[in-house]
Amino acid sequence: MRTMTMVAAINDALALALERDPDVHIFGEDVGVMGGVFRATDGLQSRFGTDRVFDTPLAEAGIVGMGIGMGLAGLKPVAEIQFAGFLYPALDQVLSHLGRYRHRTRSRYHLPMVVRAPYGGGVHTPEQHADSPEAILAHTPGVKVVIPSTPRDAKGLLLAAIEDPDPVFFFEAIKLYRSVKEEVPEGHYTIPLGQARIVTEGDDVTVICYGGMVEVAQKAAEAARAHGIGVEVIDLRTLVPLDTGTILASVQKTGRVIVVTEAPRTGGFHSEISATIAEEAIDFLRAPILRVTGFDAPYPPFTSIEDAYRPNPVRVAKAIRKVMAY
Amino acid sequence: MVQLLTPGGEVTDPARLPDPETQRRLYRLMRRARHFDERAWVLYRTGRMGVFPPYGGMEASQVGTAAALTHEDWLFPTYRDTGAALTYGLPIPQTIAYWRTSPHGWAMPENLKVLPFYIPIATQYPHAVGAALAEQRRGTQNVAMAFIGDGGSSEGDFHEALNFAGALNAPCVFILQNNGWAISVPTRAQTKATNLSRRADGYGIPGVRVDGNDVLATYVVTREAVERARRGEGPTLIETVTYRVKPHTVADDPSRYRTAEDTAGWDEKDPVVRLRTHLLAQGHLTEAEDAEIVREIEAEFEAALAEADAYPEPTPAEIVDHVFAEPTPALRRQRAELLAEEGQ
Repeated sequence: MRTMTMVAAINDALALALERDPDVHIFGEDVGVMGGVFRATDGLQSRFGTDRVFDTPLAEAGIVGMGIGMGLAGLKPVAEIQFAGFLYPALDQVLSHLGRYRHRTRSRYHLPMVVRAPYGGGVHTPEQHADSPEAILAHTPGVKVVIPSTPRDAKGLLLAAIEDPDPVFFFEAIKLYRSVKEEVPEGHYTIPLGQARIVTEGDDVTVICYGGMVEVAQKAAEAARAHGIGVEVIDLRTLVPLDTGTILASVQKTGRVIVVTEAPRTGGFHSEISATIAEEAIDFLRAPILRVTGFDAPYPPFTSIEDAYRPNPVRVAKAIRKVMAY
Repeated sequence: MVQLLTPGGEVTDPARLPDPETQRRLYRLMRRARHFDERAWVLYRTGRMGVFPPYGGMEASQVGTAAALTHEDWLFPTYRDTGAALTYGLPIPQTIAYWRTSPHGWAMPENLKVLPFYIPIATQYPHAVGAALAEQRRGTQNVAMAFIGDGGSSEGDFHEALNFAGALNAPCVFILQNNGWAISVPTRAQTKATNLSRRADGYGIPGVRVDGNDVLATYVVTREAVERARRGEGPTLIETVTYRVKPHTVADDPSRYRTAEDTAGWDEKDPVVRLRTHLLAQGHLTEAEDAEIVREIEAEFEAALAEADAYPEPTPAEIVDHVFAEPTPALRRQRAELLAEEGQ
């Protein structure tokens, strides 16, 4: 066990993947010499060479498109998009191709590709750097979506994502890169995709979240505990595949649900979770399902008001009080 | 513009001509591609084929280029490039199945490195870069070839791919079929830089312009580009100057956007007639041999059609098959829904 930040755990996972499988190749803008803008690929190029870890021209469609070709030809491409908000030029490749190859060739070809991207707010990045576009990917058939919230999870989920035979989007919360440290097992291990994690147990309210919102939900849960309210925090870890079993078991126990994300409200993945619960467990509900989310506006590039966009423990606590009082 | 045969079938550059055996092979492949194109029209009209984008008149552009590949090389064809796919080796029954929208047309043969025809425009170009890079990383001499049209060369992915291939020295051969039209938009409205081969200059890679109705020229130029790529000398852009004498698809009416003057002269440049004239004049082919080639091609197609007719239709449950290696719980539930629907 070593105490690690999330970015160090990601770096560790990438190094292990490169070591274990000669087909793994890492590429993107500034991932080589520089080691990535957040240092997620730090030291990898000098250790594994410029064929395995390389800088590309500055063009996201080219990065993802080239990765698709590499994957079709049997390599395991691990592409980095520098920020999730810069993914948009590549969306044609993502929506038109990434999730379709196994389907359109009836499994003659598949794409064992991973696209990593830092996402989310809370660290006062410049404009366009704090987006949370995970719902676009979760809505794209044939693509898996993974969003870790701890160093230990990040390492095990990233190794699982790289070993997965199908395309995986791996979103890394910028806010958590260096703010959270924990004991991380050394060497190789995986955490299966599609298994949520119960962060804290409770009998009164279920709070469902992932990525950067998990620590926010935890703080709200702690505050509620002081008032004798038992909050069960569920970290989804992966949106596709979705662990509906863990969600529904918790909802059946608590009868109250809050879904927390930092994405815009309309059509977000939180809505999908809400609909699933409404379809499968409405008889267990004692209060309306509440969503605590960003707003239907671009993430504001205005530092002084940015924190009003991203859900915080106070907003989640307010939602907890509301469902308890219903 | 590279040309080895004039439209009248006269040799302009004897030194560069491929050997007679290769010339006969290219002729046969063109006749075969043309036969498919002609039969596809008839089958469409009788409801035995889906909407089909014809390529008749562009055979030299598709056959001369794809014939320079082996099955160890990659082919990324667009919907217009059935002729290239057939030349590369996609079996005719499967090709028919594709244009009938049967899944058999998408399940590509294991021994080939060809992808189902690309519908989105230009996205295949970066894929070719990636496949080429994978071959390079594995230390093979295999190359990747991708097709695009004059319209597609306006897309960002076209430019990103050329730049990536140059920067990474990927063993790619980029075929740009300039057939004059992107549905109803002529090349002159597509770009001010109508010599499309010059686009290569912007990326520091060789660009070649070739008479796209002269199969000997397209073959020789492509073979040289393939050999350069195999030697590790990087990518080439080849513009084949040809013409879409046919409509955009069998459902399109070109009289809405172009006149007889636009198309004038292209029938006289027909690639099949041109090579046939040359082969007969040189004694590389006799009328009797030509008739025999046509008979064989017709028999091959009809046998393939019978094979395609025997493919079973898919069932609705197959909609959710082949999404992931291991279906997600959501897909398993949805498959059960489809099966329940079928059972009713």
